[in-house]
Amino acid sequence: MNTLQKPTLGDDRVSPLWHALPWLLALAFYFVGAGYHSLGTNILVYILLTLSLDLALGYAGIITLGHAAFFGFGAYTAALFAMHVYNEPVTGLIVATVLTGIFAALTGMLILHTQGVTLLMLTLAISILIAEWANRAHDITGGEDGLRVTMGYVLGLFRFDLWGRVAYLYALAVLFVWFLAAWSIVHSPFGRSLDGIRQSPPRMRAIGTPVWWRLVAIYAISGAMAGTAGALSAQTTRFVGLNTLHVLISGIAVVMLVLGGTKRLYGAFIGATIYVLVQDIAAKVNPFYWMFVIGGLLMATVMFLEGGLMEVLDIIRRRFRRLFARVRL
Amino acid sequence: MNASANALEIRGLSKNFGALAVAQSIDLDLKPGARMGLIGPNGAGKTTLINLLTGMLAPDAGAISLNGEAIARMKPEDRVRRGLVRTHQINTLLTEMNVLDNVAVAIAERDGIAWRMFRYGGQWRACLAEADERLREIGIDAVADRRVSELPYGQQRLLEIAIALALRPRVLLLDEPAAGVPAAESHVIHDVLERLPKDIAILIIEHDMDVVFRFAREITVLVQGRILTRGVPSEIAANPEVRAVYLGRSVK
Repeated sequence: MNTLQKPTLGDDRVSPLWHALPWLLALAFYFVGAGYHSLGTNILVYILLTLSLDLALGYAGIITLGHAAFFGFGAYTAALFAMHVYNEPVTGLIVATVLTGIFAALTGMLILHTQGVTLLMLTLAISILIAEWANRAHDITGGEDGLRVTMGYVLGLFRFDLWGRVAYLYALAVLFVWFLAAWSIVHSPFGRSLDGIRQSPPRMRAIGTPVWWRLVAIYAISGAMAGTAGALSAQTTRFVGLNTLHVLISGIAVVMLVLGGTKRLYGAFIGATIYVLVQDIAAKVNPFYWMFVIGGLLMATVMFLEGGLMEVLDIIRRRFRRLFARVRL
Repeated sequence: MNASANALEIRGLSKNFGALAVAQSIDLDLKPGARMGLIGPNGAGKTTLINLLTGMLAPDAGAISLNGEAIARMKPEDRVRRGLVRTHQINTLLTEMNVLDNVAVAIAERDGIAWRMFRYGGQWRACLAEADERLREIGIDAVADRRVSELPYGQQRLLEIAIALALRPRVLLLDEPAAGVPAAESHVIHDVLERLPKDIAILIIEHDMDVVFRFAREITVLVQGRILTRGVPSEIAANPEVRAVYLGRSVK
């Protein structure tokens, strides 16, 4: 193997132990994180949203500020489904995911023949339109008041408890399933063709790639995933408000992705965790200045760490390996 | 039917950019195994013709048929799938991938497995294995693991050809395959061109007259979107009209 390309996390040449690490940590948190499970669930929701953005923005190069539309669409769908049809969470989650995926596919078909700033504006515009619609459609969405939901037992077996322990495990399981899917997708021939489209659409057309269809497909998958994140948020907090559709959500997801590192999958884990923790801790210290910390962190990351905070992990990992190599000698 | 004897058949192909006619009723036939050179001064419409053939531009009038099938209204990717493949003059390679993956991605697309998202391990390995073979044929298998951005320009040009071949073309359009390659290395490109499969019909556009006249068995001269003349290389070289458009009117 070429030494110029260092193996990085998010790469198939990395030992399985490293892959197990984030999941073991997340599981461990379940046992030691008493009192913080809702915060943990919140982080998992944001990881899923950021992961979905990584598929579209990181891997396929779809410049978007519109993922809030999918997040909110999923959230409202899950809430409305639970209120009017059936309140078992897994069913609601699947329904919300599929419907958001269809919504993303339809909007994607409209806008994915454009690129760059035009595409960015269109994603933003769709996001603003649906937010405004939700604001006006008070009878359906509750408008400013939002929707309060009562959820049933997960799979008819586990009840969402007051401390959010079941909700945390539920969110973790959902994230894990989506992560496996995302992992498979980015390493697949399909994922590689997306990587190619991001690098050079003319090349891909020349080898016979239906570029637009590929982009629509990943946009739909990414939208569905963001919809799941929104649905999870609605189900675990038992509330949906207009803030789930706010453009700010899209912006936060982009910040989390860049902070953690794009095109890495695990970057979403680090970015979302750091963001939510910094927000939580810094806001306790000084409620007005936590954005300064995030802003500073973001600046430092984009200026010094091309691969986001994941790069710090890569450096640590290489040190480890060198250490073990020495021990073996 | 006579039409099926031609791998590529172009009839009355025309395209205007506003008042500027960039292709004026072009007729051109390529038989299987043809080695046709397309030359002409800058702005003659050579690249426009390639774009019309590949579907990047829509013609205003005219017909194109590939192995007897009308393709003038087909999407670019459908033409590629039917065996009409081009190489690019400027670099469009996937520079962040390694050399092997660049070819494997093309093979996956050709075999229709580029939509697979799950359970693809075996198929992808087969793509990689075949990609390695294609690189060996062209003689750049030693750099299979290198990132394309680290590759010397000459090898990038060879990779371009390897990718085109991996698509199993029946008609291959070579858009300046030797452009930008240092003179000392251009013989490598020429050797590869000489060894291209005999049954592929090839249309080559090239500024380097040495390359065209060594490679092509017939040459078509394009001037201002119109075919000026055509013939075997020796006729073209001797044609005073061709010399005039190429070298200006000051030819003795």
